[in-house]
Order: sequence, then C-alpha cells, then structure tokens
Amino acid sequence: MFVEILFYAFAAVLLVSGLTVITSRNPVYSALSLVLCFVTSAALWLLIEAEFLAIVLVLVYVGAVMVLFLFVVMMLNVNVERVRSGFTRHVWLGVLVTLLVIGEIVGVVVARQLGVDPTRGGVPLAPGYSNTTELGVALFTRFAYPIELAAMLLLVAIVAAIALTMRKRRGLRVQDISAQVAVRASERIRIVKMDAERPQ
Amino acid sequence: MITLGHMLTLSALLFALSVAGIFINRKNVLLLLMCLELLLLAVNFNFVAFSRYLGQIDGQVFVFFILTVAAAESAIGLAILVVLFRERRSINVEELNKLRG
Repeated sequence: MFVEILFYAFAAVLLVSGLTVITSRNPVYSALSLVLCFVTSAALWLLIEAEFLAIVLVLVYVGAVMVLFLFVVMMLNVNVERVRSGFTRHVWLGVLVTLLVIGEIVGVVVARQLGVDPTRGGVPLAPGYSNTTELGVALFTRFAYPIELAAMLLLVAIVAAIALTMRKRRGLRVQDISAQVAVRASERIRIVKMDAERPQ
Repeated sequence: MITLGHMLTLSALLFALSVAGIFINRKNVLLLLMCLELLLLAVNFNFVAFSRYLGQIDGQVFVFFILTVAAAESAIGLAILVVLFRERRSINVEELNKLRG
C-alpha cells in the first residue's frame, strides 16, 4: 500500500514536470523540469528495484547531460517570443497525436498480447540479491564487446563535440611558448659599434 | 504492489507527452532535443519494467546502452546547435534551409 502511494506520488510529479518541460515559455524552466523528471524517474526505478540504473540516471543525466543543456541554454540567449510563435496553432495537433499514442499503447497493454500478465507484480528477489552485481556480470561477460563499442561511441562523441565547437579566433594575442623557449641571447640584444658623439 | 501495467501506463503517458512536445515546440531545436530525451526516458521505463517483471537482467543492460547513445546524441546535438547559433544567430527550425541549392 505504501509503495503504491509512493508510486502514484512520483508518477504525478513526473507527469506534471513533463508537462512543464513541453509547455514552459522559458527554456531554462524546461531544462530544470527535465531535471525533476529524471530525478523522479530514478526514484521510480528504485521503487521497482533497479537500483544501479537509478543511480546511473541521476549521475549521467542530472549530473552531466542536463548541466550541458543548461550551459547551452544560457550560452545561446534565445529570443523566446519569436521562437514561440505558432504555439497555439500546433497545440491541437499535439493533443491529437497524444491521444492517438495513448490509445495505441493502452490498447496493447489491455489486449494482453505481451506474453506476460500485466497485472502481476515483479519477480520476487532472493535475499542478498544485488542488482549491481547482476548487471556487472552480464555487462562484462555476455555483453563485453557491446560495452566496448559503447565506450568507443562515447569517445567519438567527445571528439566530435569538441571538434565542432572549437574555433580559432582572429586577432587574439597569445603566447608562443616554443618561440619563447627557443630564443637565444644573440637574438634578443643587438650590439652596435659606433663612435662617441658630442652634443652640438 | 506496483504491477507491470502501472509502469507501462506511466511510460505510455510520458511517451505521448513527449511526442506532443515535439509537435508543440517544433520551432525550437533546443526544446526538440529535450523532448527527445524525455522520449528515450519513456522507452527506458518500458525496458526496466519488462526486465524487472520477467526476471531477466538483459533489459537493464539495454537501458545502459540507450543511456550511452542518448548521452552521445545530446552532446553532438548541442555542439551542432552551438555552431548553428554562432552562424545564424537563430535556432528556429524553419530558418534551417542553408543546404538548399
């Protein structure tokens, strides 16, 4: 009973913050609502005992991806009002598509063609069961090559993101360290031989 | 007791919400990316729920990979967005016609 109350509370927060993400006028509010979405999702995943992924969701999404989003939102300084024009024109299309998708998915769930009874609870876990251990064993035995591919993908993404956003600025005065180190004393001072001059 | 139906319905609602978000915010690339993140979250809900209720860990491994791909996608997407904004001073989808000959 207590678990169900928690579930409904978190689900309500999740849906309301999701609604805020898509309807908010200011992109900063959207990003912050998305953070709230991820946090409540992590709580829901904790409720159904997927602990490792819940923590990963908080660490990766709230800690990294959403911070990236917030940085970009603040860097871009978007003209909100101009971008928002046409909001009310598309809202009915959005509602229509929403109802359609909800109808389809609820139809699938109600039709019970999933090969599993949707009204049953989770498989009871043995005492001492560790979600992290289980996931780690799967990742490093059966999924060893896929996880290396995933690591490679992240590396490529880092390189691509840096290569895309890096730019050379013109007219910037920067130190040339190698030139500074390689300089010799003879290049620095010039000794001039000349006769002594007397003031006129 | 939280049943599979609970989780699937919640994920369906979240999925539909984010699809509606894509239709509503079709001009703002930044919000489109956020809606995409929400969409992937809804899909991950399904994976976690089925993994938990079928007693197989494979679904959670897939969520792991989806998280990886989503993180890479948002990093590159935001980088492209920054470059685009630097070039055009706008992130309006309708003004993205520079590739047109």
